[in-house]
Amino acid sequence: METLLNPYVQALIKIVVIVLGFVMVTGTVLTLMERKWMSAVQDRIGPNRAYFPWFGNKKIVLHGAFQLAADGLKSMFKEDTVPAGADKAIFFLAPYFAFFSAIVVWAVVPFAAPIGGVTFQITDPNIGLLLVFAVTSLGVYGAVLAGWSSNNKYAILGGARATSQMLSYEIFLGLSLVGVFMVTGSVQVSKIVEYQGTYWFGDVIPKWGIFTQPLGFVMFFTAMVAELKRVPFDAPEGESEIIAGYFMEYSGMRWSGFMLAEYVGIVGVAALTVTLFFGGYHVPWLHADGFRLFGAVLPLPAWLVALLQIGAMCAKILFFCWFVIILRWTVPKFRFDQIMELGWKKMLPLALANVAVTAVWLMAWDALQK
Amino acid sequence: METKVKVLDRREGLYEALYVPAILEAFRLTIHHFLRNLFGKKDVVTIQYPEQHRRIAPRYRGRHRLTCREDGFIKCVACYMCEEVCPAHCIHIEAGELEDKSVEKYPVVFDIDELRCVFCGLCVEACPKDAIRMDTGIIAMAYTERDRFDYTRNLLKDAYRENEKTKFKKVPLPLTEEEALPNSVGIIQP
Repeated sequence: METLLNPYVQALIKIVVIVLGFVMVTGTVLTLMERKWMSAVQDRIGPNRAYFPWFGNKKIVLHGAFQLAADGLKSMFKEDTVPAGADKAIFFLAPYFAFFSAIVVWAVVPFAAPIGGVTFQITDPNIGLLLVFAVTSLGVYGAVLAGWSSNNKYAILGGARATSQMLSYEIFLGLSLVGVFMVTGSVQVSKIVEYQGTYWFGDVIPKWGIFTQPLGFVMFFTAMVAELKRVPFDAPEGESEIIAGYFMEYSGMRWSGFMLAEYVGIVGVAALTVTLFFGGYHVPWLHADGFRLFGAVLPLPAWLVALLQIGAMCAKILFFCWFVIILRWTVPKFRFDQIMELGWKKMLPLALANVAVTAVWLMAWDALQK
Repeated sequence: METKVKVLDRREGLYEALYVPAILEAFRLTIHHFLRNLFGKKDVVTIQYPEQHRRIAPRYRGRHRLTCREDGFIKCVACYMCEEVCPAHCIHIEAGELEDKSVEKYPVVFDIDELRCVFCGLCVEACPKDAIRMDTGIIAMAYTERDRFDYTRNLLKDAYRENEKTKFKKVPLPLTEEEALPNSVGIIQP
């Protein structure tokens, strides 16, 4: 394989398959799914009327699946307005900032264990998650620059809120993962996922992050939802107070860019959560040569194992996409000052305590082993 | 003066401050609704409007119609009571006579400007012959084609049946009661 394709071509193929084939499709479908799912939560039906007129007289609606095409066409043909006094260059660039940081996460997410030199991961830098956090933190620039360049008071309020929200969650976001790094002993994503493929008590309980760092998971997930700027942390958008917040002056396809960035971000957050805390591509008790539990063995060929792992990864990601969306329709939003209080007064001490307890526990465990 | 103060029993303490139990309870509720509406017995309250109509009360004041006598002729005797009482001045009637002596006087023109009408129902109350009613159950007079915005509505031409079989050849006759009340019966399936 290495002789056939040089690493750059391999990486390019992976980018096309993963980003265009999975992420963009899932993100786009999620825009419709959110509307259908929230309707289900609220005892409504949701979009169900879009249809193509050229299939005869019968209106084929497919439970509203054509709404995607209708939305896309509509936003493509809408006028791309620029407010008077806007900083045009930054106004045009801001959606790309938002989108860029949402999509970069996928560089390091592994979809299956490597087989014979082929990795199912676009790249595996040894700085791993640090790279991810460096880049995803830039996502807030999308909001801030959009708010600042719009020349609109509501927009700049949204941008300011995005900044202060970022200051609140970013610290405990980093600290919540220090525990994971200490347990797995690496920041490299492939090492973290590999570690989660090992087991306690012989072969019974997998060492998934949710079992080794339950508190870390809660904090990480909270911080990631805050980074998505979704309910309950939607102060930057602040529908009820500041209309649409930082992107209220956008229209047409640029507005869609922000929306799509949000939904691609959901998929990215789901992927990171799965990778760090829910065993990544691991299926419980599935080893490289098949299922093994309590001495019973079910041997499977390598390609089937890889397929199962890819399937498990996608299923887990989709579950967490669903979870993030249901979360929006479950939890009331935090007020602006409540987010700061939660971040600085509650989550930060908790994260520090989590790091300390993990450190003591690991030291004690090592001492006991000797 | 005594003010009414309702003291709420606010639960406080660590259990409430944690948020987590409350959030879990909320998840139980939303996921219950989600699963029921997607997979189980649907409990949606949506009415698919253009195909289905909402059940409205019989006394709802919708679009006007003229009623008919037992022999099929319109009840209206062109007495101008409704035109006089109308606060919006939206009714226009012109009277005429027939050779048939069972009809003393009848409207040759009966127009209602639906855009000026305030749907107060005074014309219905003023009518001595119970000739005009607002019980059609048509609540929205909105159309997608310009031609159908017939807003100076000629009630004499409005959903009338053929009158060739009766002795009154000149005047179109109103629909019978069953035909005239399409929407006030309940939700109509497409």
